[in-house]
Amino acid sequence: MSTADAWRVLREATQARVGLGRAGDALPTAEILRLDAAHALARDAVHAPLDVEALVTDLRGATGLDVVRVASEAGDRTEYLQRPDLGRRLADGAELTAGEWDLAVVVADGLSARAVQAHAAGLLAALLARLEGWAVAPPVVATQARVALGDDVGSRLGAALVLVLIGERPGMSAPDSLGAYLTWGPRRGRADAERNCVSNVRPPHGLSYERAADVLAALLTESRRRQLSGVGLKDTGEALPPAD
Amino acid sequence: MSWTATVGGHSYRFTDLRDLLAKASPARSGDVLAGCAAGSAAERVAARTALADLPLAHFLDEAVVAYEDDDVTRLIVDTHDADAFAPVRSLTVGGFRDWLLSWEADTAALTALAPGLTPEMVAAVSKTCRVADLVAIAAKTRVVTGFRTTLGLPGRLATRLQPNHPTDDPVGITASIVDGLLHGSGDAVVGINPATDRPSTVRGLLELLDDARQRLDAPIQSCVLTHVTTTLELLEQGAPVDLVFQSVAGTQAANRGFGVTLEQLRDAREAALALGRGTVGNQVTYFETGQGSALSADAHHGVGGPVDQQTLEARAYAVCRAFDPLLVNTVVGFIGPEYLYDGKQILRAGLEDHVCGKLLGVPMGVDVCYTNHAEADADDMDTLLTMLAAAGCSFVICVPGGDDVMLAYQSLSFTDVLGVRAVLGLRPAPEFEAWLASVGLLDDAGRVPPLDPGALPALTTGMGA
Repeated sequence: MSTADAWRVLREATQARVGLGRAGDALPTAEILRLDAAHALARDAVHAPLDVEALVTDLRGATGLDVVRVASEAGDRTEYLQRPDLGRRLADGAELTAGEWDLAVVVADGLSARAVQAHAAGLLAALLARLEGWAVAPPVVATQARVALGDDVGSRLGAALVLVLIGERPGMSAPDSLGAYLTWGPRRGRADAERNCVSNVRPPHGLSYERAADVLAALLTESRRRQLSGVGLKDTGEALPPAD
Repeated sequence: MSWTATVGGHSYRFTDLRDLLAKASPARSGDVLAGCAAGSAAERVAARTALADLPLAHFLDEAVVAYEDDDVTRLIVDTHDADAFAPVRSLTVGGFRDWLLSWEADTAALTALAPGLTPEMVAAVSKTCRVADLVAIAAKTRVVTGFRTTLGLPGRLATRLQPNHPTDDPVGITASIVDGLLHGSGDAVVGINPATDRPSTVRGLLELLDDARQRLDAPIQSCVLTHVTTTLELLEQGAPVDLVFQSVAGTQAANRGFGVTLEQLRDAREAALALGRGTVGNQVTYFETGQGSALSADAHHGVGGPVDQQTLEARAYAVCRAFDPLLVNTVVGFIGPEYLYDGKQILRAGLEDHVCGKLLGVPMGVDVCYTNHAEADADDMDTLLTMLAAAGCSFVICVPGGDDVMLAYQSLSFTDVLGVRAVLGLRPAPEFEAWLASVGLLDDAGRVPPLDPGALPALTTGMGA
């Protein structure tokens, strides 16, 4: 097998940048330029705004539920990047009414509006299909939002659990990766260790909607049964499907 | 106790040790976010001036986080070695900087001093140092550790090969391991950040790494960087665990945010030690840290107000030091621009973390890295890597092409390390270097030649390569 063929086999096994070649003890010019271009695109993805109208339409279509819009206390992208505390707090004026909800769902722009735009509706549709009998509150679209904003939203809605679907930090090879964080008993001040996370939802390269929904549905069911989330809720349960 | 200092005709007052340290700290976004940073450049220099006059012994009398409230403070105070501290007991912070830079402060003196230093002392002295000082002092410190390779020796720069994959796919991970080994990487550890904390998946990855090591017959230690409670559970089930990993921080509350206690770290370390899997040493723990982790968990509060992130980071090394680690690294640019805003802040923080860890006796490495929402780029990483290599850094982290496709950030590429090793005449860990040479991955001049995957048949035959 030739050298080129051998590297092709490895490259097909992963998105990681294997076998880039060498210029002495450095990378060749063509690869340096490819890396620069990927960095430039990821930088631009961080600063692109969420198209809220389009997302609301997609979520309505995917779930058949009404959709509520809220914002964090961070006024714009620059403030959002430097003040995570503001991105965790719900701005005044949010129209959220408490109810008897098993689950609240927050769809948040996070650090990649592109991820949310591409994957949130598809994942949510797959998940709701697995949650028969659950009382799910109208999905909430949140802008300039961090994961912990879900605590404010969940507690205002009176929900037992909150699930936050959020755009993850763009990588050079993954500018559109969605993360999902679930928290039992949402209230301001919950620690990261009290949450469970499924990350890299990004078909076709990352997790598929179906696979992510299987894991999330099992985690949500276990969380509700045991009335906890986080480190105490390892995804060990027999209820979980086997890994791919 | 409070202090005052005058700069430019204006007198500035600092209310307590915590306030003095915070205001003296070099400018960074996280301290502004926490509300403890100096309000102006002049106030920062005033604080540094007052700090330079402070006797080192004062750090034994005033805590920045209360002893009664915090098990990290108790660990620092209760394990302080007064005899080791004796040679510098009479110095001020500024005098301590001068002593550290003196010819008298050689490797042996610094090694003997380490148990006598507290994190707050080393954080304080670093705040009075320029980056060249941070390099010069670190270059004299030596912390040597071992498991299947020996790390931290003079003239060596090791690497963690980080073959992460977004879905923990075994073939994808193996492809990155092959790429790394062909670049002579992996002498510090082959360490995977798994995409999931699920014990069965973690166990599968541990077995994949152990199987690869045995097929290669290479002196490699491996690690799957999962929560310590998961590792402990897998140890009890008989999984092949070389190293126990945990992220740690500088306050009890921040460690609680990570879901970890000192007791759990002790239990997991003892369980891994009992396996006796090391050959040249038996140091079985690996910790990651980073400035801003306590603040991000709202666990940065001290006596009288917020503690600056660099002081808290140094306190994390006191946690590491208590568990005799093989490896510790700060993930310096990972946490984001709200803590370290740009390339300048990341550069300074990486060098501070490195020297503070080394002075405390911790085998310090650095993940030279940045994220796409920080004002930094690959040029900044080249600069930091070159300075760290000159400073005698134990190890750095490498991923294919510098692009971590699982964690979505940029670390170093394998070639970055080949380049800096060539420029500064540095070599891999000795046991690993001998193995590389024995299988043709190192030439007679000690260089890593460009080879294709067929050079590693033990791993690639099954892949069709």
